[in-house]
Amino acid sequence: MSGIPHDHYEPSSRGEKWLHQRLPIVGLLYDTIMIPTPKNLNWMWIWGVVLVFCLVLQIVTGIVLAMHYTPHVDQAFASVEHIMRNVNGGHMMRYIHQNGAMLFFAAVYLHMFRSMYYGSYKTPREVTWIIGILIYLLMMATAFMGYVLPWGQMSFWGATVITGLFGAIPGIGEGLQMWILGGPAVDNAALNRFFSLHYLLPFIILGLVIVHIWAFHTTGNNNPTGVEVRRESRQEAEKDTLPFWPYFVIKDLFALVVVILVFWLIVGFMPNYLGHPENYQEADPLVTPAHIVPEWYFLPFYAILRAFTSDVPIVIFANWISFGLIDATFFGVLAMFGSIFVWALMPWLDTSSVRSGRYRPWFKIFFWVFIVNFVILTWVGAMPAEGIYTTIALLGTTYWFVYFLIILPLLGIFETPQTPPETIEEDFVAHVNASGKSDDGKGPKPEPVPAE
Amino acid sequence: MLKKLALSTALALSVAAPGHAAGVSGEVINFDFSWQGPFGSYDRQQLQRGLQVYTEACAACHGLRYVPIRTLSDPNGPELPEDQVREYASQFQVRDEETGDMRDAEPNDHFPRSQLEEAPDLSLMAKARAGFSGPYGLGINQFLYGTGGPEYIASLLVSYTGESDTQAGVTLYENEAYGGYLNMAEPLSDGMLDYADGTEATKEQMAQDVAAFLMWTAEPKMMERKQAGFTGAIFLTILAVLLYLTNKRLWGPVKSRAKKD
Repeated sequence: MSGIPHDHYEPSSRGEKWLHQRLPIVGLLYDTIMIPTPKNLNWMWIWGVVLVFCLVLQIVTGIVLAMHYTPHVDQAFASVEHIMRNVNGGHMMRYIHQNGAMLFFAAVYLHMFRSMYYGSYKTPREVTWIIGILIYLLMMATAFMGYVLPWGQMSFWGATVITGLFGAIPGIGEGLQMWILGGPAVDNAALNRFFSLHYLLPFIILGLVIVHIWAFHTTGNNNPTGVEVRRESRQEAEKDTLPFWPYFVIKDLFALVVVILVFWLIVGFMPNYLGHPENYQEADPLVTPAHIVPEWYFLPFYAILRAFTSDVPIVIFANWISFGLIDATFFGVLAMFGSIFVWALMPWLDTSSVRSGRYRPWFKIFFWVFIVNFVILTWVGAMPAEGIYTTIALLGTTYWFVYFLIILPLLGIFETPQTPPETIEEDFVAHVNASGKSDDGKGPKPEPVPAE
Repeated sequence: MLKKLALSTALALSVAAPGHAAGVSGEVINFDFSWQGPFGSYDRQQLQRGLQVYTEACAACHGLRYVPIRTLSDPNGPELPEDQVREYASQFQVRDEETGDMRDAEPNDHFPRSQLEEAPDLSLMAKARAGFSGPYGLGINQFLYGTGGPEYIASLLVSYTGESDTQAGVTLYENEAYGGYLNMAEPLSDGMLDYADGTEATKEQMAQDVAAFLMWTAEPKMMERKQAGFTGAIFLTILAVLLYLTNKRLWGPVKSRAKKD
């Protein structure tokens, strides 16, 4: 499937042959699970499996929660408390689902950063990247609507603020917002449709995940060197790769269990740490919270949304050039969606001929600044939009767009990259021998082991 | 002492940078509660005392609408005997859903709602307030000391300054934990009730007891949750070690082949 020569499923028994002639499903599964995978994948290549786990976890816990939840403004909050108090294991289900969403986003960000650093989005994997961005957008929509369901104060006011963004679109905005909410404000109609869509979207995500996996199985995995697997013959390919089963299944399972361990400690001992206390108060349309803050995983984009106030020069210019059509709020909305749009365009914005950031000295610096900037935007998104914080948010937003629209295109022209190794095998051998040596250098010498 | 010092420093810093929205602006005392730490559990006696304080000092205005009265006899709660729960329930009047008439509450009913519109429901208050925040909105204090909901409740109850102010016919009372004037008069005073277990009913004692009780009403399954967390962590650690060893053994030949090259 991946264009990398490898062995294929051969039905042996009569029953297998019978099925294979009618539906080659076993062969499909075999080829999927046995895909030749670069030997030199590091620990940042585990997040895909973690993400599949998250999706399944959220669907399973979500289905159980939906059995006990009531999507009605008068009963939603109480039904969540019913789950927390009366349903067997309900408190665990609910905390797992709530924190599971956060694990999902933590993993997706690490997954995307890995792709950014090692150039996994670059040709021929653009389609994988674009589908990934679509999945990410759907995740955001799903998480946003799921957060409304407990019908706490932050649920209600978060929904009011975010759906209000659509209202900022000139002309059609107000009608669009009303259409989305099913009424003039966030109310029972909105809660009902959010529940419906919150249940639907994960299955669309599941479908896209399958396409995502299909896409990178067609191109083959990227790897830390960014060098392609040799495909001339099976012998050569086997020097660069190992089958996914069992080598990477076991490796990923180990990493997954470590991640779940950390997750489980959070669920067991501090399940509300990352949530917002305000959401344990039932929604009250008459009382606006002092600060309306989304969940942490939306904060960078919330910071970008709020960075543009009417005194920022570019907003004033946009307002003037559009004859007043674009005001500060609408500009913020455009910036927020634009920030993800330029992220999606990364395969075409990055002009470097070298795929992996490991061999790009200047890229490395700008990449890590991007990561630090992402963390700063997350932090500033939680702070009140006033004083120094709006300035920081504006600077962070500027770097975001400069990184994608200026740095990435120019780096490919001005940067002199180092030469990546010829083959994956070379990198793997160098890595294995280097890690052996550093063991000798540090700490006590390991016991001599007879040659295996 | 060091803990208190670190906290007050942190609080001083967090004043400069207002933290989470439900955070409070006043000064919150970091009380030591029995359920803190990975193995801490609710103190049954304290929960019973807290129930008494709630019933005598809070219930006149506030409600616990999400808490079924029967859960008072649940394990890891106040664990009142069932006949006492029945007796306790009967002091409240509820509207029967079928007949529409008022009748004595039964254990299967919930605690009544708040009697006054401006008195918030207390069922989840210990989770709906963040006593600790910062520094600089980083959430480090919450990581170290917890969200601080029960600490905030207990602090609020002992932090009245005695000053009051009348605005538009409403009397407001100054409170340092609240960080200003609030609507509720000081509800507790030394010796205002006699504890059934003989504990001296000081203001601070009652404040902590009722905060503990409200933590339980907000998070009645905390012990079960921690138990699950602990058991799961052991299981996952063993599984991780086994998978690590499996992985090492699986990759061993591949790596040693690479070494020979």
